[in-house]
Amino acid sequence: MVSKQEYDNMVKKASPNSKIFPNCLKAFFVGGLICVFGQSLHDFFEHIGVAKDNVGAWVAITLIFIAILLTGLGVFDNIVSFAGAGAAVPITGFANAMAAPAIEFKKEGYIFGVGAKMFVIAGPVIVYGTVASMIVGAVHYIVQKWG
Amino acid sequence: MEKKVGGQTVIFSSPVGILATSSIVGQKESEGPLGHLFDVVEPDAMFGTKSWEKAESKFAQAAVSICEKKSGLSMADFDYVIAGDLLNQSTGSIYGLRNTNRPYFGIFGACSAMGEGMSLGAMLIDGGFAQNVIACASSHFCSAEKQFRFPLEMGSQRPPTSSWTVTGSAAVALTKSQTDVAITAATTGKMVDLQIKDANNMGAAMAPAAADTIVAHLKDTQRPPKYYDAIITGDLGYIGSELLLQLTAKEGYDISSVHKDCGIEIFDKEKQNTNAGGSGCACSGVVFSAYFYEELKKGAINKILFVPTGALMSPTSVQQGETIPSIAHAVAIENTQGGLV
Repeated sequence: MVSKQEYDNMVKKASPNSKIFPNCLKAFFVGGLICVFGQSLHDFFEHIGVAKDNVGAWVAITLIFIAILLTGLGVFDNIVSFAGAGAAVPITGFANAMAAPAIEFKKEGYIFGVGAKMFVIAGPVIVYGTVASMIVGAVHYIVQKWG
Repeated sequence: MEKKVGGQTVIFSSPVGILATSSIVGQKESEGPLGHLFDVVEPDAMFGTKSWEKAESKFAQAAVSICEKKSGLSMADFDYVIAGDLLNQSTGSIYGLRNTNRPYFGIFGACSAMGEGMSLGAMLIDGGFAQNVIACASSHFCSAEKQFRFPLEMGSQRPPTSSWTVTGSAAVALTKSQTDVAITAATTGKMVDLQIKDANNMGAAMAPAAADTIVAHLKDTQRPPKYYDAIITGDLGYIGSELLLQLTAKEGYDISSVHKDCGIEIFDKEKQNTNAGGSGCACSGVVFSAYFYEELKKGAINKILFVPTGALMSPTSVQQGETIPSIAHAVAIENTQGGLV
């Protein structure tokens, strides 16, 4: 039998890579489209007289609602499968990452299923997002004090 | 008579008959190139139940019950039930077969379950411990995704090396009585680990195990690859199959003209978007039951070496950075109508 190193090289040669360029293009256009949609929502809410400070929240809530609705209808995963990061990185992806496990683990009940497993994918984002903001806050404080 | 030959192979003193096989699959499998051959197609992924796991159990239950019917025997005639699947604690098999009311052996060999079950069943019969044995294997795309990857509705892109778990179940009824198609030998695989860590490239993880078992079988029996009309691996897929051919060639065995892979046969890669091919315990099971077994029965082919392959990792072992040990069990199956060579 071949050595581990030799086999590793064989596997690398035999395994196709993801098609990075077409994937990037799709992500760029679909991601861009979602942003354009977000901006038009923004303009719309401003137009109907939503207070300036609240417009951002209204846009986020609307996008989250649509992403969760599409997750429930079983459409959102198909969009990500086509657009990759284009649909997964905006707030839509975060909404999907919360809703999908909630649906999947509902069979294990509302406590150990929905409640516990809802954060199985989004949890790390929240934890490390908070930790990162604490570090940035500390650095900001130190720089301000002694800078 | 000494039945063991070489390091890993047993040759049965009298061929162990295959009385009947059964296959039940989901919608996607029915749309593949072999779709018209399966006994039953269940288009509802939930199979009328409330969870993927319960659905998988129902697939296993259906496969055993169809096989029982096709064999002409009743459940009470089977001395043992042997079954395996991919779910934690083998719940796919257990909840599906808990009402069989027959002595039960639960096995875990990941996607090699069909080969392991058939090997053990044939040994039980040839050893004189049983008259009839039924072996079953099941897997379900949705329950496997839930356990090993992401929730089903979670958006993600599948890497091109990833495989698609087959939804379905297969059962094989083995008997001491003489039948047209019979198991003549079995080679039990060793666990092989060439340090592949990528759970999205299971073909690459399993290819060394398949190569190891196939070469061991050919050495033990002193047969050339051409002795068989087909050497059929379970679910190596496109990448694993390519690696298998390279690995066996390095050992001095060119199996390229006779090699087939159930994971390649079951789906149309381009039309069905299944990347590296089909996988799962049901993959080799349903392809053998619905296609190769029928070809043997017709006499279109006469000798096959059926080699289901399994990647023996768990979600926890992958998260802990462990490599993926793999296994392959070979079963020699022949059409014995013309008498054995």
